[in-house]
Amino acid sequence: MRMYLGVDIGSVSSNFVLLDDRGRMKAKIYLRTQGNPIQAVKQGFSAINKELDEVGGEIAGVGATGSGRLLAGVLLGADIIKNEITAHGVAASWLYPDVRTIIEIGGQDSKIILLKNGIVNDFAMNTVCAAGTGSFLDQQAARLNIPIEEYGERAITSRQSVRIAGRCGVFAESDMIHKQQMGYPVEDILMGLCDALARNYLNNVGKGKKIEEPVVFQGGVAANLGLKRAFEHLLGLPVHIPEHHEVMGAIGAALLARETMEYSPSPSQFKGNAFVMDGEITSSSQECRGCPNLCEVVCIRRDGVPLAFWGDRCKKWESTLTKNRPIRSVI
Amino acid sequence: MKITFPHMGNAHIAIKALLAGLKLEVIPPPPITKRTMELGIKHSPEFACLPLKISVGSFIEALEQGADTVLMAGGWGPCRFGYYAQVERDILKDLGYSFRMVVLEAPDFKLSELLNQIKDLSQKVTTLEAVQATRFAWFKLNAVDRLEFCLAKMLPRVINKEEVLAIYRQALQEIDQVTTRPQVNQVTNKSTAEMEQLQQHDQPLLRLGLVGEIYTILEPACNYDIAEQLGRMNVEVYRSVYISDWVNDHLLGGLVKPSNRREILTSSRPYLNYFVGGHGRETVGNAVKLARQHYDGIIQIGPLTCMPEIVAQSVLGEVGEKEGIPVMTMYFDEHAGATGIQTRLEAFVDMLQRRKKSNQVWEQGEQLNAHVPGC
Repeated sequence: MRMYLGVDIGSVSSNFVLLDDRGRMKAKIYLRTQGNPIQAVKQGFSAINKELDEVGGEIAGVGATGSGRLLAGVLLGADIIKNEITAHGVAASWLYPDVRTIIEIGGQDSKIILLKNGIVNDFAMNTVCAAGTGSFLDQQAARLNIPIEEYGERAITSRQSVRIAGRCGVFAESDMIHKQQMGYPVEDILMGLCDALARNYLNNVGKGKKIEEPVVFQGGVAANLGLKRAFEHLLGLPVHIPEHHEVMGAIGAALLARETMEYSPSPSQFKGNAFVMDGEITSSSQECRGCPNLCEVVCIRRDGVPLAFWGDRCKKWESTLTKNRPIRSVI
Repeated sequence: MKITFPHMGNAHIAIKALLAGLKLEVIPPPPITKRTMELGIKHSPEFACLPLKISVGSFIEALEQGADTVLMAGGWGPCRFGYYAQVERDILKDLGYSFRMVVLEAPDFKLSELLNQIKDLSQKVTTLEAVQATRFAWFKLNAVDRLEFCLAKMLPRVINKEEVLAIYRQALQEIDQVTTRPQVNQVTNKSTAEMEQLQQHDQPLLRLGLVGEIYTILEPACNYDIAEQLGRMNVEVYRSVYISDWVNDHLLGGLVKPSNRREILTSSRPYLNYFVGGHGRETVGNAVKLARQHYDGIIQIGPLTCMPEIVAQSVLGEVGEKEGIPVMTMYFDEHAGATGIQTRLEAFVDMLQRRKKSNQVWEQGEQLNAHVPGC
């Protein structure tokens, strides 16, 4: 069977999914990137490979997304490399064809995507501040000694949430500490933080956007039931959480790969198992002295052979590799 | 006297020609680099906008090279720019540089006011020579604009983007060096012809309008070169302002060439009826104009904390909805991450492409329906 691999390398998690040619999910892997995206790609790929052996079939297309999309694309040989917004939009409208609003909160960024007739119509990302994203929740849960998986369940037992200043992550933390010292129960503080983050999201990312039904909430943070409740309360609308909310980006990437490859005359650029699993992959960076811009150019090598360059504004380095190789899509 | 001036896109070519024509010794500001930015950021107030920080950095670098006179443009209205010459002078004086600052103000009624200001710069030239210098600088300015226009048109169309950029950069250098009008013409004609002869692809193009604050639009260092980034994604970018427009409207008081400013201001109605400072009203007017010309999308750019653009942004939402055009706003400052900018540009372009495709499918469907013979 023809299978499509979707890869989403984010700041906090790296996700892999396998879809069959009818878009049904056959396998998913959710890993923590832990600051080493190369390792995460290798680890995730070997896990997904095991799953592939079980379900059978072959990889007919690869899509990459997330902040590490270029890296994943180079290591695996992606047929399509797309930004997270498109990937999330595609995945959500595949599962909910009439979706109008997507709230996506990931490890370090949060976005709002508005769709019309299944097509992204408007979007916004957090630009100056990451207060209220997954990393911050992680940190606070750790500080309160609560496993992040249990955060949401604890929060929704609260009957009266405490008001917490949520504009700045650091001040939110001081406010929480203050409220703890005043003696408020932990549940109420947890729920208060959820409310503050939801408010912050709607004021910053969702600023000036018209949020319409149906609303889909996805990304790793969607696992937090407290935030779901906070959004429902603030918006006055039901909020849907997809079953595989944490890997929606990867699902989108796989769907995009399927879209690209379905009627493509040429075979997939997927480089095969051996390319990723064997061979030592290293990265190095260097300041280019070609002009006053002094770009920091990163080079990814496999066994010493350069695979990719990026970071050069003039594309001098990048174009040394791509001269004879057409790139199907880099957008 | 060794005179220097701030960077603003490719304006340095014309300003250099003007000052050289006035028989002044010119120290052009060095290219804007990381060091320029760092110097500017270190010595400017944190909440000032990026244009101020960049020009402070440029001035410091030029003063280090021995400049003793700084030429700066003035301004008026609610935008802080009108005050920047004063602020910059104070910052530089506090840093211990000794220099003279000359502020060029827009003439209120007639061109001769500006000409007198220009002539006052240099005691060595006659009025006739000052006029000639100004006219030659204006000539170069228009040549540079022609090149920029040609690049914006050809970059998305050609297959080899590096080639077209190389021709463009080479041409700018040559224009900077030549000293007569026929030479300027020759370089411009040759280079634009070369750009147009490059091999082109036949993929469909998106057309996108770039509106917003003028310095951010004109100075690639201030906008992370988004026009080039978009060009590489096969997007044709129409810039709402070119440097000659700004000089014409703001320094020459709209007295040299016909200005379309009035038309733009008219189209900002009924969304924004008042002058809000800076280019706020022009931003709205241009967005409306481009929407009515069936552009695929609009990107509004400005420096972070730019008040006129914030006012315009709050109006652009309604413009986008009523005129049926997607609008994205991006603010830039020294903290902007290149990856975030890239992601947002890609997502916006991708959104426009998908939107266009689905609209076309839809339109085709409608046409098919129209041709189905009735029962």
